[in-house]
Formats: sequence, C-alpha cells, structure tokens
Amino acid sequence: MTTRRRVLAAAAGALAAVSLLAACGQDASGGADDGATGTVTYFTFSAAPDHLKDLDAIKAEFEKQNPGITVQVQTAAYDDYFTKLQTAIAGGTAPDTFELNYENFVTYARAGALLPLDERAKADQDYDANRLYPKAREAFQFKGKLYAVPSTFSDVVLFYNKKLFDAAGVAHPTADWTWADERAAAEKLTNKAKGVYGDYQPVTFHEFYKALAQNGGSFLSEDGKKATFNDAKGLEAAQWLLSKPGTVQPTVAEIGGKADYDTALFTSGKLAMWHNGIWQISKLAGTAGLDFDIVTEPGNTRKANAVFMNATAVSAKTKKATAAWKWARFLGSSQKAVETRLGSNWELPAVSDQAAFDSYLKKTPPANRKAVFDALADIALPPVLDAQQSKMQDIVTQALEKAASGQATPQQALDDAAAAVTALIK
Amino acid sequence: MTEPRTATTAAPTARANAPTPRVRRSGAARRRLRTAVAAAGFLAPSLLLLLGFWIGPMLGTAWVSLQDWNLIGVPTFVGLDNYTELLGDAEFHAALGHTLAYLAGYLPLVLVCGLAVALLLDAKLPAMTLYRATFFLPVISSWVAVSLLWKWLLNPADGLVNRILGALGVPGPGWWTDPDWAMPSVVLASVWKDVGFVAVILLAGLQAIPRDLLEAAALDGAGWWRKLRSITLPMISPSLFFVTVISLINGFQVFDQVWVMTEGGPGGASSVVVEQIVNNAFSYGRVGYASAMSIVLFAVILLVTLAQLRLQRRWVHYE
Repeated sequence: MTTRRRVLAAAAGALAAVSLLAACGQDASGGADDGATGTVTYFTFSAAPDHLKDLDAIKAEFEKQNPGITVQVQTAAYDDYFTKLQTAIAGGTAPDTFELNYENFVTYARAGALLPLDERAKADQDYDANRLYPKAREAFQFKGKLYAVPSTFSDVVLFYNKKLFDAAGVAHPTADWTWADERAAAEKLTNKAKGVYGDYQPVTFHEFYKALAQNGGSFLSEDGKKATFNDAKGLEAAQWLLSKPGTVQPTVAEIGGKADYDTALFTSGKLAMWHNGIWQISKLAGTAGLDFDIVTEPGNTRKANAVFMNATAVSAKTKKATAAWKWARFLGSSQKAVETRLGSNWELPAVSDQAAFDSYLKKTPPANRKAVFDALADIALPPVLDAQQSKMQDIVTQALEKAASGQATPQQALDDAAAAVTALIK
Repeated sequence: MTEPRTATTAAPTARANAPTPRVRRSGAARRRLRTAVAAAGFLAPSLLLLLGFWIGPMLGTAWVSLQDWNLIGVPTFVGLDNYTELLGDAEFHAALGHTLAYLAGYLPLVLVCGLAVALLLDAKLPAMTLYRATFFLPVISSWVAVSLLWKWLLNPADGLVNRILGALGVPGPGWWTDPDWAMPSVVLASVWKDVGFVAVILLAGLQAIPRDLLEAAALDGAGWWRKLRSITLPMISPSLFFVTVISLINGFQVFDQVWVMTEGGPGGASSVVVEQIVNNAFSYGRVGYASAMSIVLFAVILLVTLAQLRLQRRWVHYE
C-alpha cells in the first residue's frame, strides 16, 4: 500500500513538474497591446566579443526612449550562430529579433521564418526609409517585400604596415595597384629569417569569389543555372590566392591552427599587407607602436570589393511584434546607433547620413579612411544560392584546400567544384 | 482465436462506459498486481528516459529521413528520395571510405596496445593501482580536451612531437594539415584515449584465468608466446569479443576528434560519416538528408554487429 501511494505521489510530483516546465516555456503576455511592451530578445553575432559595451549603450538608449520595453541580448560567435538560430527556430524558441547577413537572409525569408515588415514600416511615422542605405534596403527584400531592417555594412580593404614598407624601401600601395604590384611588393617585403611576411589573404570562398570578380570573371552563368568559376579567369583567380602561402604568406602547417594568427602577425608588426575587413580598425588603432594605413584592394583587370551587409529580422512567431519592430528600426537608423557604431569603429551603420560619416572620416588612423567608402564604388556581393549557401561555400573552400594540399590540380579542383555547385542549383 | 481477442479489445470501451463492478480478486492475484505496479513504478524513470531520449528520437529520425526539412521551414514529405540521393553522393561514399580507413587503423592498434597494456598491468609489481589509474585517466577525460591536446602535440609548426622528431633528425610530417597524415593523426589520438578502456576490460579477463592452468602449461615446457596463444587468448576471448564489438561501434561513430582536430580536412581528406551528418543537419539545412545518413549508418553498424555475433562462435570460448 505504502509503495503504491509513494509511486502515485512520485508520479503526481513528476506531472506537476512537467506542467510547471510547460508553463515556463510559454510566454505570458503579448495579447492586448499587440506586443508593444515587455521583453524583446535579440540574437546577434556581430557584437561579441569586441562591441558588447557598444551594443549595451544602444540598448540603454532604446529602453530609455521606449519605456515598457526591455531588450535581452543573446550573442554567439559567427561560426555557431546559424546552427543555434536554426535549432531555436525549429524548437519554437526563436528570438523575437535576430541578426541576419546578406548571404543567409533569403533562406530564412523563403522558409517563412521572418515577419514581413512593409506594413509596419508604412504605419510607423518615425521610420524614414530614405535614411537607410539604398543598396542595403534592396539586399534585404524578398519578392519585393522588406523582411529585415538593414543595420550595418562593412567592406574588405588592404591594410598595410607603413614601417615595414619604409624599411624595405617599397612605395606604399595606392588605389591603382594591380595584383602584379601587390605580388612584387610582397616578395620584397617577405623576410622569413626575421619572421616577416609580405602578404596575408585566406584561401577561402569569400576571397575567391572576390578575386574572380577582380579578374573580370563571373561565378555563375548569366541565367544563374550553371557555375562558371572554373574558366580561365577562375583558374587565374584561384592561382593568385594559391600562390601566396609558402612564398609571401605562411602555410597552413606553419600557422598550425592558431586562432587569429594573422591578427597577431599584423599587430606585432610582422605582416606587411593584410586583406581584412574594416571591423579590424578599432583593434589596430588601439595597438601601440603600429603604424598602418588602408587602401582599396588591388584588382587584376578591374576593381572589386567585398561588402558584407547585416540586418535585423523579426521572427514570424514573435508575440512582441510591435516592440520588436521598434528595436529593429532603432538598431538600423537611430541617431544613437549610428553614432555608437561610428564612434567605436564597429561596422558602419547602413544609413545615408553624410554628416555622421564626415566625423568618422576625420578620425585617424588610418589616414586614408575614405578608402572604406571608395570601396563602395565597385561592389562584388557574394553569389547567393538560396538554401544551399553554406554547402556551396564549403564546396568552393574545400576545392581550394584540395588544390593547396596537392590532392588535385587547381583546374581539376575547380572543375569538380563547379560541377558540384551546378548540381546544387538543379 | 478471434473471440478472446475481440473481447480484449472491446474491454476498455465497455469499462469506460459502464461503472466498473467491484470484482473480488484472490489474494494471490492482488499480490501479483501490486508487484506489477511496484515494478512498473520502479522501472518507469528508466523506461521514460529510454523512450524519450533513445527510442523516440530513433523513430523520429526514421520519419524525418523521409522529409525535406531545413529546420526553419515546414517539412515536405519526399518518400525515399533522400536514400536514392545517398546512392549517388560521392562525398558520402568518400566519408564512408574514410570511416572504414579510420577503423582499419584504430581497431587493430587499440586492441593490440590494449592487450599489451593489460598484460603489463597484470604483473605483480608495487604501486600497480597507480599505473592502472594512469592508463584509465584518458578514458574519463573529455574527447574535446583530448583532441585539443593532440592537436597541439601534433602541431606541425611547433608541436612537441615534431620538436622531438626534429631533435632526432627526422623531419616531422604535417600531421592534421597534411591530407595523408590527417587520418593517422586522428587514429593516434583515439587509440591513446581508448587504450585504457580496452586494457581494463582485458585485465579483468586476464585475472579470471586460473593460475594453475598457466603453471601446468609452464611445467609442460610452454614458453611465453605458446602460453599466450594457447591459454591466455582463448581464455580471455569473451572479453576480447566484448571490446571488439564496442570499439567497432564507437569507431563507426567517430566524430569529436575529427571535428576538433581536422574539421574533416584538409580538403575533405578526413571527412567521416557523422561529420557529414552534422554538416548536413546543422550547416546545410538538410535535416532529412542527414537523418537518412544516420539510418544508413545505423543499418551498417547493426549488420556488422550481427555478423560479429555470428562469427564469435568460431573464436570465442565461454567456460
């Protein structure tokens, strides 16, 4: 008898616990005010670890201007971000607002995970679409509708160490440089005995599609049905990247998997040229004894610059739609967000606000800060393959790795990769 | 036959509709019922966990393997499409090949090293418990920690192993950065971690061998090798069988060490099945396809294990 009673009691206890858990899982409010108040969750990859304080400042100002709304920030490193976001959406615990980049945006929009924002934008008198950078606004439309509010953009430039150039008697890079100029300088600047390398450019998808554009090539055929990056122009672009490790750049084995090896190399004054994004400026400007400048990347037959764009999306399942929209708008175009991003050398706000940018341009280093905007004259956006984006990027990066490690000739590796990418398009 | 079955199926409905009549049960039946309820109560926690975290997800995987699903949208039923696609997927075939290559290196090494360690640990020496504990330490360490440790040890630039090799005048290989050495690097780390487990199981087998058998053999003039072959190995064959089955199953599921040490690279040279599953599910947005891979891997492991159970009659001796 006692046994049975105990079992029953335990079962009842377990049931109570389960229903309690279920209750916790449910969000209590959301009904009456169309989710205009309460806690809005925001998931981001661009804030941690260097700009958490800056995000906090934006959040504090937003909460001050919007009493009744609290923003709860969750961050993840870029490499884990989309895995976490996907599983959260699948598990029904999607954050109310989350950051998306240009490459992955379409996947989420097509899957119906995002709230369409046009009507809210229209109804909101505080929203000024013209304040947003037009290219970014276009980038986050799906079937002609706005599905995310553009927040930031950034581009890739050539960082160079002035001291190393001067010591080697090599003229500083200019915007007119070509690959050949970069190559010649890199060879003169490399001094392995002193541990100094002339150049650093990762051998990956993102560098390859850009180098291909700099060489006048095209990643996909005009109708978008076929991969065309294995032609002569593609081969030359691949060889340009592959020629660097082991000559003017450390090899994979020499790097030995050390995280941020290139950053350490450049900040310690042992790297003359570095292909990297403008998000590095804040760290470099704060490095004592480092004298650096930037210039747009050399092209081969034409200039082409990689641009990354991020936006804030609102979950289709949110119960705080109104508050979430306000936060997304604030992150994108509010004065506070613009000032904070520019002031902290974070990614650039995706706004057309010349006055704000003027003060940004006046800051040094780097002296040639206008290269950040010069780069926007020749944008090469990454090819987007809808739901197969990461697979495509992995195919191309893996092909380059195969060529780099001698498992295939560059031509063979590119041919296989192009066939695989074409098969993905179907 | 038909009648009682109908009666049973009808019973719950009848009971639900009509008030249950109080039936007087015999004392024995009541005791049996009480025992059954108690047993169910005691088993329930484990059973629920087993159902919730093992059998449920397994059935779920089989169902998802028939869908096209990227986790964020709505799944679409595609029948056996994922399985037919697997037949022509060169990358998956390569990953299967790499997994078999891993097993070919890992299994013999871990068994031979494990046996050697077990034989050494069986010796009567002072502080033997300390040695045993030392060999078991990697077993209870986390895979990620062990993989990171070996990634550093085998660092081609300035890892300890290549430094020692360099001091001996041998140029060290590129280890996990070299397509030919990536898988051997993973095997090395895995053997190091698992050898303690194999050794402990085999040691238990060794210690169960009656000493008089070995003494009798020695009196008959059998040497070390002869005793090992004719007495020790047959006597520990049940333990050997057990560790072979377990190691093979674990080997097919190799993942953590690959993920940490090589990420399947360079250029896919060490890509294994579970790594493909993870990539497809969480990176490429193809959960259905990844589930089909899981089911295929499950089938392969099941078949291999069944084959082992059959083959054991030939070489495993139970007393």
